[in-house]
Amino acid sequence: MARGPVRASAIPTILTTLCRSASVNQKFHSPSLLRLATFIPMLRFITSRLLQSLLALFLVITATFFMIRFVPGGPFTAEKAVTPEILRNLEAHYGLDKPLWRQYLDYLGRLGHGDLGPSFKYPNRTVNEIIADKVPVSAELGLLSLGVALIIGITLGTFAAIRRNSWIDYLASTVGMTGISIPSFVVGPLLVLGLAIHAGWFNASGWYGPADRVLPCLVLGFAYAAPISRLTRGGLLEVLNQDFIRTARAKGASEFRVITRHALRGGLLPVVSFLGPAVAGILTGSFVIETIFQIPGIGREFVNSATNRDYTLVLGTVILYAVLIMALNLVVDILQAWLNPKVRLET
Amino acid sequence: MLPAAAEKIEQGNSLWLDAWLRLRKNHLAVFGLGALIAIGLACLVGPWLSTHGYEEQNLELGAAGPSRAHWLGTDTLGRDLLVRLLTGGRVSLGVGLAATFVALTIGVVFGAVAGFFGGKLDIIMMRTVDIMYSLPFMVFVILLMVFFGRNIILLFVAIGAVEWLTMARIVRSQVMATKRMEFIEAARSLGFGRRRIIFRHILPNILGPIIVYTTLTIPGVMLLEAFLSFLGLGVQPPMSSWGVLIKDGAEKMEEYSWLLIFPGAMFSLTLFSLNFLGDGLRDALDVRSSKD
Repeated sequence: MARGPVRASAIPTILTTLCRSASVNQKFHSPSLLRLATFIPMLRFITSRLLQSLLALFLVITATFFMIRFVPGGPFTAEKAVTPEILRNLEAHYGLDKPLWRQYLDYLGRLGHGDLGPSFKYPNRTVNEIIADKVPVSAELGLLSLGVALIIGITLGTFAAIRRNSWIDYLASTVGMTGISIPSFVVGPLLVLGLAIHAGWFNASGWYGPADRVLPCLVLGFAYAAPISRLTRGGLLEVLNQDFIRTARAKGASEFRVITRHALRGGLLPVVSFLGPAVAGILTGSFVIETIFQIPGIGREFVNSATNRDYTLVLGTVILYAVLIMALNLVVDILQAWLNPKVRLET
Repeated sequence: MLPAAAEKIEQGNSLWLDAWLRLRKNHLAVFGLGALIAIGLACLVGPWLSTHGYEEQNLELGAAGPSRAHWLGTDTLGRDLLVRLLTGGRVSLGVGLAATFVALTIGVVFGAVAGFFGGKLDIIMMRTVDIMYSLPFMVFVILLMVFFGRNIILLFVAIGAVEWLTMARIVRSQVMATKRMEFIEAARSLGFGRRRIIFRHILPNILGPIIVYTTLTIPGVMLLEAFLSFLGLGVQPPMSSWGVLIKDGAEKMEEYSWLLIFPGAMFSLTLFSLNFLGDGLRDALDVRSSKD
């Protein structure tokens, strides 16, 4: 490309040219130049996505803040024997007596420092403390469930694709149908009834030892193993027909190597793009699972806080979920672009 | 949309008759269709035929297992479970159909407009869909139900508002493929307006994918309703739905397991049937699917 010394001012132009030629014709030979050339649009893509997410997050916060305020009932209405005087003091203490726009600006200001405010229902506890307390439990539940879903799903899907129309293919589609059609809030209680209450293998509820992890994570993960196995099967079938697989086989690579090293990389692309919806689903699924198994996680806390009108705790958890899901979607988009250069980076 | 489909069956009937013949060969789909008709009829007619009312309590009897008087047993208040299941089914199926209709209407109009006009409008509209996809929507629905809710109309709207996004994407891509075909150009050269072209020429031709996806949306919507009811946020007493019955059953399953097993089985059977039927329709209408 550029021979000899290059003026610094010319570098952006050269880079842009590189980007264009890299995306238009794929005839690039120097790997380092290619990496540089794909890096720049990637960076632009990430920044524009980040800005978009920030805007969406701001909208979420604003909408939630005003929505919960325009609802009859407040955090202290349920409490017994609250005289008007005490109520006024309480409201003054939490700043609820100020005009709404003022409260909104105060909230945003504190949020800027990472402070989610005090809880209205748990005296002397801040929302930050509650979240820090409950999130590890939910995170463990969610990650283990996602692991269960990925392991069962990818294994079943891979075997179903290799042995098409064999018993394992039918097993995979049966598992798929079952996972979609029997919801977790039916499977969960039934398993508790059978394996915990009658057989006595597990505790019916609680979150103490490793054995307490088994049932909740299986139930929550199983529902998402179904779509993952379907996507893996579909993705692999498409890849297995391609020439480079035949080449790999012709080179004498073992079938195991062909599948794991060559086919799965492309075949798992649909699974990667499903990760976003899957995690969002596991998140909402955790509301129910935490209720069934009495797990002290943030999902149950969220549902309770909404019922209790604990304004700051509701907002805090909504922000947490929004940030989590948006960050995950961003990561998935980047992963997808990295795994498959053909995916066009749209800004 | 529907009159156009009916005309087609009368005139040439090739596409729809073919699809029906193919569907008939799929045993699982036929089973699903039959089970759905049976369940639907039972829910509609059953409560009238029964001698028990769904709110009729019998505190002396209390929770009793299946017997000749109460085929599926009674709950802790001595209410007949079968009748409660069938009346609850009316609500669950009703919510499923109504909310799907909401999602269908929004999704089809949104997707058709974005796909037909294309350009900047399309970019803005689909970007909106993308952003909405990335929001924690269920969290919002739960908040809505807690704050304004326990109101069945809101339930339809909330669920419909979540479920239309995928429909919009599917319709958009189908419309974009169809609008380049020659018969659309012919319609345009005849001077037809845009609205007429979208609704009379394009939409009837993409009915296949729409029907398939609608069939697959209904179980999703019913799941959502049951999910909300299970959390105590959906249908409120004295009304009941399958989600409410499952929740009640799960609370009392230790002593009275039938209160969980029968509602769970009924609900799962319905979801199985809808999914089998949807899969069968997808194969029958030869919609390019992500399955293979």
